[in-house]
Amino acid sequence: MTLTAPFDLAASTAPAATAATAAADAAWQPVCPLDVLEPLWAEAALVHGEQVALVRLPSDEVLAVSHRDPQSEAYVMARGIVGSRNGIPTLASPLHKQVYELSTGRCLTDPDLRIRTFPVRVRDRVVEVLAA
Amino acid sequence: MSADERPGGQRIAVVGGGPAAHRLVEALLARREEVRISLFTEEPWAPYDRVALSRRFTDPQDALPLGLLPAEDARLELHTGCRVTGIDPAARTLTAVDGAGDGSTHAWDELVLATGSDAARPDIPGAQDMVVYRTIDDVDRLRDHVAELTATLGRTPRAAVIGGGLLGLEAAGGLRVLGADVTVVHSRPWVMNAQLDEFGGRTLNRLLDGQGYALRLGERPTALEQRPEGRLLRFGSGADLEVDLVVAATGITPRDELGAGILEPGPRGGFAIDDSCATSVPHVWAIGEVASHRGECMGLVAPANTMAEVVADRLCGGTGTFPGFDTAAKLKLSGLDVASFGDGFARSPGALEVVYADPTGGVYQKLVVSEDARTLLGGIFVGDASPYPSLRPLLGRELPGEAGAFLSAAGGGSPVDLDLPDDAQICSCRDVSAGALRRAVCEGCPDLGALKACTGVGTQCGSCLPAAQKVMEQQMAELGMEVSTALCEHFALSRSEMFEAVRSTRLTTFSQIISRFGTPADPRVNLGCDLCKPVVASVLATLHGEYILGADRGGLQDTNDRALANMQKDGTYSVVPRIPAGEITPAKLAVIAEVAQEYGLYTKITGAQRIDLFGARLEQLPAIWARLVAAGFESGQAYGKALRNVKSCVGSTWCRFGVQDSVAMAITLEERFRGLRSPHKMKFGVSGCARECAEARGKDVGVIATPEGWNLYVGGNGGATPAHAQLLAKDLDDETLLRYIDRYVVYYIRTAERLQRTARWMEELPGGIDHVHDVVVKDSLGIAADLEQVVAEHQLTYRDEWAATLEDPERLRRFRGFVNAPEVEGPGPDGPDRGRPVVAGPRIPLRGEL
Repeated sequence: MTLTAPFDLAASTAPAATAATAAADAAWQPVCPLDVLEPLWAEAALVHGEQVALVRLPSDEVLAVSHRDPQSEAYVMARGIVGSRNGIPTLASPLHKQVYELSTGRCLTDPDLRIRTFPVRVRDRVVEVLAA
Repeated sequence: MSADERPGGQRIAVVGGGPAAHRLVEALLARREEVRISLFTEEPWAPYDRVALSRRFTDPQDALPLGLLPAEDARLELHTGCRVTGIDPAARTLTAVDGAGDGSTHAWDELVLATGSDAARPDIPGAQDMVVYRTIDDVDRLRDHVAELTATLGRTPRAAVIGGGLLGLEAAGGLRVLGADVTVVHSRPWVMNAQLDEFGGRTLNRLLDGQGYALRLGERPTALEQRPEGRLLRFGSGADLEVDLVVAATGITPRDELGAGILEPGPRGGFAIDDSCATSVPHVWAIGEVASHRGECMGLVAPANTMAEVVADRLCGGTGTFPGFDTAAKLKLSGLDVASFGDGFARSPGALEVVYADPTGGVYQKLVVSEDARTLLGGIFVGDASPYPSLRPLLGRELPGEAGAFLSAAGGGSPVDLDLPDDAQICSCRDVSAGALRRAVCEGCPDLGALKACTGVGTQCGSCLPAAQKVMEQQMAELGMEVSTALCEHFALSRSEMFEAVRSTRLTTFSQIISRFGTPADPRVNLGCDLCKPVVASVLATLHGEYILGADRGGLQDTNDRALANMQKDGTYSVVPRIPAGEITPAKLAVIAEVAQEYGLYTKITGAQRIDLFGARLEQLPAIWARLVAAGFESGQAYGKALRNVKSCVGSTWCRFGVQDSVAMAITLEERFRGLRSPHKMKFGVSGCARECAEARGKDVGVIATPEGWNLYVGGNGGATPAHAQLLAKDLDDETLLRYIDRYVVYYIRTAERLQRTARWMEELPGGIDHVHDVVVKDSLGIAADLEQVVAEHQLTYRDEWAATLEDPERLRRFRGFVNAPEVEGPGPDGPDRGRPVVAGPRIPLRGEL
């Protein structure tokens, strides 16, 4: 697998054909081909101007949380270590190692913290993120 | 007379500031609500741990604390720097003179004399020019003296220690630590003759000789002469000895001048005491070295502490008695394991001696047992005293097995597992029994540190710690307590176990390792975490030396390794090119300047003789490094748990004082170990002479030049808890030095725990520096070749991580800012109000730019 395969962002973000689907899909933004993401290596992406951190799991499920570290407010979360707690996927802040559940945004090490999550779906092996 | 304005209670005056006085005060404060204690010590500080005096050779800052006497306790008045000049038992007063020369009189109800003793100097001409080894001041003077001699003579100073007893050998060891060559002069044919029989003593002679101490045995010096060309220690027969410094350690003289004509003296000086430690005069007590019990004064701490407890008990209305001297002794000298206890000379009627002797291996062990071979009466250990801590508590008791089974020959050198009875004394200094330790464990002491704090075990001489640890572990096992060393929920292994597991199975990927050792062993649900993944990454990097951001490795790396740069608080990175030994050409400096200017980077000289460039964004790193690599720079691994740098002074090439080329050695070391991953960062230092400008003794590996070669120090540390490195070997040639460092570093990498630096690692390693010495210098585990091989292979596979990254476009994807907009830098496309800049905050300006 090569993860640097060039892809055409403009083509993959082409507007949907009909008004109905446009309404439903308006906020789903195609981000990149699934294969561009290395499993368990988080990456930052820009979605409607939001910086999000994408994580591809071994099951090919993709999860997304904010790239912004809730504690330091620096945009670094995609550079944290992906892991699991009791089988539930997590992401650790690279700065001070707070651990967040990827699916819920709950912080497992500091109850006062929470990270924003974004819905993700994979269509035709393209990763799409819902951002409002 | 000075008015005592403190609250009521009996007035107890204590004269002396050694461990005996300290123990007495501690015990009295613990047991009596109402008491007024006045302690007089002529030294300028509160009582300290004289037993541990040798520690101050290695660490000049070590104040040898004894456990604090509560400074603000109204019951205690501490008169430091205050010499007692007279006592008057009839009037119950004493007179004292303070540092300013002002006299005062103090009233007491009970008087305890703990004046200790003086070091005796031999009665020969020139004795006044000898120095002694008794106090913190003495050690500090010795250190200054040796440093001064080294500087003025321009060579290794030659020291002689007169007296080869416990104290003399400790002084000799200390002088070696300070960098002197040492001759031990002893009037008997073997050293430590008070503790060791002939065979044991001669074994120790050979061990000392093997460690480079010169010995003059069976001879007494007749004079110390000052000559224009230097000092000369004269002997009646045989060659005279050229020396620069002489330490007298020929015994002690009790300081009993205060009682002259008042108290009944002992036959060999001191104050005669009975079993209650009372002197011949009512209300006057004597404890410690100055107390003569049944005609003998003894310079050991355990009996002094016992006497202190007896007097404290008596002053509280008890009936405690002094049971006689416990003569157990252990030599505290690096690399020399010597202990004796009880009736080591087998003087008891009918006593039997069970002996194991290996003269070539330098081991002699003897147990003395009763006629029926069942009761343990004493023992002598030289070269390997590992059975001592377990056996000592059994003194006077029935052995749980045949005597020979407790010697190393039978047990393979490992201490025998013994079920000690509750009343067996583990710590003789602090009188802590096995039962007390077990109770403390039951009450919740989970580790040795807590046990020390709670019971005081091992806080004085420390020789009982292995036994204490064993008792603790047995008790924990009995309670079903488990000391978890697991890295995290994903593995039951500690880091050192992980290293061995990966090494022996030759696994190369995280998912293989999870499948084999994970909890659970399923890589689909066990994804590891930020604790175990970097550990596995480090172990794989050490063992296989492959590119650390390779396809199955990248996600394991910790924050900084992930970007091959150091993440700063705003998410930008700092860049540190390697500048071996701080040596750099003007051309290379210019390249650094250009890069910094072009990318607007803040520059700062680091503490490690390098230049740090701050404020680079992730996606800028490849371009910055392309410039640096082209100019001949390579990664400094400032981001890695690896060797950071080798600090050096300018060395003999330029310096008037340098005796070796420290810069060349530092570069050799830096190039040898660069990139090798370790449990924590490592820092080395190389100094070109004893002035130590590179501060090598604050480093994990410190090398200090001597006129003959290099001294190797290990286990030094800056950081939150600084530690001084300890001498591992002396006067090494280049090749031996490198081999020892190879062994040391790889042994550390293999056996240390996560984020454990070398100082802490050696502290926790059973046997400490002695064990490290055995492994590194004597190859006691037979793994030296394996350890060296790791470094040899590392040198073959080493590749600069940044050069390797730049040459493969696939690798550059790890440095893209956004997966769907690799080219975007700075604020996001929707403007600064929504997408905050990737680099948060403005560039931090330089001072003067403001």
